[in-house]
Amino acid sequence: MKFLMLSLLAAATLPAQVSNDRLLHPDREPQNWLTYSGSYSSQRYSLLDQITPQNVKNLEVQWVFQARSLEKFETTPLVVDGVMYIVEAPNHVFALDARTGRAFWDYDYRPSRDARPCCGSVNRGVAILGDTLFMGTLDARLLAIDAKSGRPLWKTEIADPKLGYTITHAPLVVKNKVIVGVAGGEYGIRGFIAAYDAATGKEAWKFYTIPGPGEAGHESWSADSWAHGGVPAWLSGSYDPELNLVYWGTGNPGPDFNGDLRAGDNLYADSAVALDADTGKLKWYFQFTPHDEYDYDAVQIPVLVDGTWKGTPRKMLMWANRNGYFYVLDRATGKFLSGAPFTKLNWSTGLDEAGRPMRNSSAEPNAQGVTIFPNLFGGTNWYSPSYSPRTHLFYIPSWQDSSMTLGKVSGDFSPGQRYMGGTIRPGGVPTKRGAENTPVENTNYGAILAMDPATGQPKWQFKMSDLTASGVLTTASDLLFAGGREGYFYALDARTGAELWKAPLGGSEEAAPITYRVGDKQYVSIAAGHALFTFALRN
Amino acid sequence: MLVYNFALMKRCIHALAAISAVAMLIAPLAAQQHTYSPADIAAGKELFTVQCQPCHGPNGDLVAGIDMRKGEFKRVSTDEEISRIILNGAPGTGMPPFSLPEASRTALVAYIRSLHDSGARATTAGDAQRGREIFEGKGECLNCHRVDGKGSRKGPDLSDIGAIRNTAALEHSILDPADAIAPQQRMVHAVTKNGTAINGMRLNEDTHTVQLIDENGRLVSLVKADLREYTLLKTTPMPAYRGKLTPQEIGDLVSYLTSLKGLP
Repeated sequence: MKFLMLSLLAAATLPAQVSNDRLLHPDREPQNWLTYSGSYSSQRYSLLDQITPQNVKNLEVQWVFQARSLEKFETTPLVVDGVMYIVEAPNHVFALDARTGRAFWDYDYRPSRDARPCCGSVNRGVAILGDTLFMGTLDARLLAIDAKSGRPLWKTEIADPKLGYTITHAPLVVKNKVIVGVAGGEYGIRGFIAAYDAATGKEAWKFYTIPGPGEAGHESWSADSWAHGGVPAWLSGSYDPELNLVYWGTGNPGPDFNGDLRAGDNLYADSAVALDADTGKLKWYFQFTPHDEYDYDAVQIPVLVDGTWKGTPRKMLMWANRNGYFYVLDRATGKFLSGAPFTKLNWSTGLDEAGRPMRNSSAEPNAQGVTIFPNLFGGTNWYSPSYSPRTHLFYIPSWQDSSMTLGKVSGDFSPGQRYMGGTIRPGGVPTKRGAENTPVENTNYGAILAMDPATGQPKWQFKMSDLTASGVLTTASDLLFAGGREGYFYALDARTGAELWKAPLGGSEEAAPITYRVGDKQYVSIAAGHALFTFALRN
Repeated sequence: MLVYNFALMKRCIHALAAISAVAMLIAPLAAQQHTYSPADIAAGKELFTVQCQPCHGPNGDLVAGIDMRKGEFKRVSTDEEISRIILNGAPGTGMPPFSLPEASRTALVAYIRSLHDSGARATTAGDAQRGREIFEGKGECLNCHRVDGKGSRKGPDLSDIGAIRNTAALEHSILDPADAIAPQQRMVHAVTKNGTAINGMRLNEDTHTVQLIDENGRLVSLVKADLREYTLLKTTPMPAYRGKLTPQEIGDLVSYLTSLKGLP
């Protein structure tokens, strides 16, 4: 008994580690932000409500973290008991005091120069279990790092960076495993999602996003196109502990814009895949864009929502897709429940009863060039959406009216080289605007859409002059935080879309905001330009 | 095979000087001609941090073709040449001239030379496996230090200490830790206005705040305005092992520490 009492005393004074139980119940500790998307359901909805629509005008900067790197700053922080973990490009991890922004430690992992990321030497964040952080690296390694000291503990080689494999997203920890996917869809990789033992880094399972010979779905690739068909998985997934399923979005088949070289549906490209968390075995898949020729990666955050659908309780998966449609699926079975366009699109004339898009024959890529809505960056992209269980609205950081002129070209596959199969000219106006930020009439624009999943119609739209690459956050006080390329960081009324507050941060928000609490103060953080800004109410 | 001459070292005032003397015998890539005192090295370290580290990095290996830990230089070899290139710079490269007095340049050379791990000396002097047993057993080093995720967080993590400290510095830290404590490893004692006492190792500090890892392994950030007492201790809780371990045991321990290179 005495021994037991001593043990309990010791446990009470030991720092609390981030257990699996804590990861399963983030609602019990809304002061923290323990996973990339805030919870396994990835709703990016916080129970914190100190900042309200009434007092949000009193937000002011508490501290700023200046990145050393001039690469895009795409980090979404974790906050654990007052300590914030961020990554600046390419793989430089910092542990900061969440109250002051001062650093406890940093660890600057320098990826091999063999790494060849398609679209920036970026990193979006880390995962945590116990006292260990996990980071995927630009040279396709998975690193375990001591969260107290920044010391590397183990390093596992996931894939060969010389062949175009990289990791840019935050891993997902489920039970004792660390799950990551790979980027490289523009280099003719064969994509996969894999799990590694959190203690040792040893591979536990691996799911190839392209079925090999003899496996179901392999026939959806002509000839040997499967071997270098791309299908990366470059963003974090979500997890349903009751179903023990991990949900992940997969990317485009390669070459991106020439489907003639890979006849067939090209499974499991541009799909939601549901994998057994223990074995990696495919439970179901839903392919949003069969035989994609537009680079419409389904690389979005899968958002898990429990509710009623047409009067019946459902475990749903909500998905605003790069291809321009907003979907609701049954996440136990993968059954299609509904789909509706949320942006102008012409590549498809609609969805059939099973949710399969009907292709528009006049919008097939050809050598002469054809105008396609939306453009290759899509109606949305990797920018995190949010779902509020209070408003029952799904908030999409969207691109409206974007188009491109797509010209199909042939090309041979060469390992580690770009494998695109097309040329792209963004339609009408440049997707990035000049320093003067002169808007052009009839141009594309960014908007936060508040989608009503029940109707497939937006309830409101918050329109920005320029496009957006910012994620969205909602809170229990019905606030919505998001940014855009112009560098404004907004607080909106989540019910009406009314602008309540804004801060001009001087650089594009290419990350997602988070909120947390230290002591009795609620904070909101967002990376913009090359800095991370943290706000709280004026004292 | 070189044999670690502990008897020689004991005769010297400073362990470090003896190690440097032994180092002279094995002719590193760029030869060191002089021996330097710990005071020289310490002064050189301070100068290096401010003047050299921004380009050469903390380990002297950030400029292509130069790795001070390996004794590799592009244009210099002797101590005098190093001193001269500090004074004059290297025209046409990124190396600017530094108008430092000779004593400062001597100190810098001392520190730059101390970065150089001159190879297999320690591992032949002792047995790393025996050293590990001492580290984890009799030496009770894990009570404060940590290696590869095992041990305490009270003191510095030593998982890669063999990659960032040479044998002389390691030896010195074990025999005379009070003399070898690095600024980033100073212990802090603080008392908050409500009377809570906090002890730990300082990680970072500015005018208004201090960050530390406390005795329980917690990352703690303190606002100085909230404290009624704040002391930066100039002493170290690490015991001196001079006389507590035999010369052979010290050699074994150094061999073990030298073998700790961190992740490849």
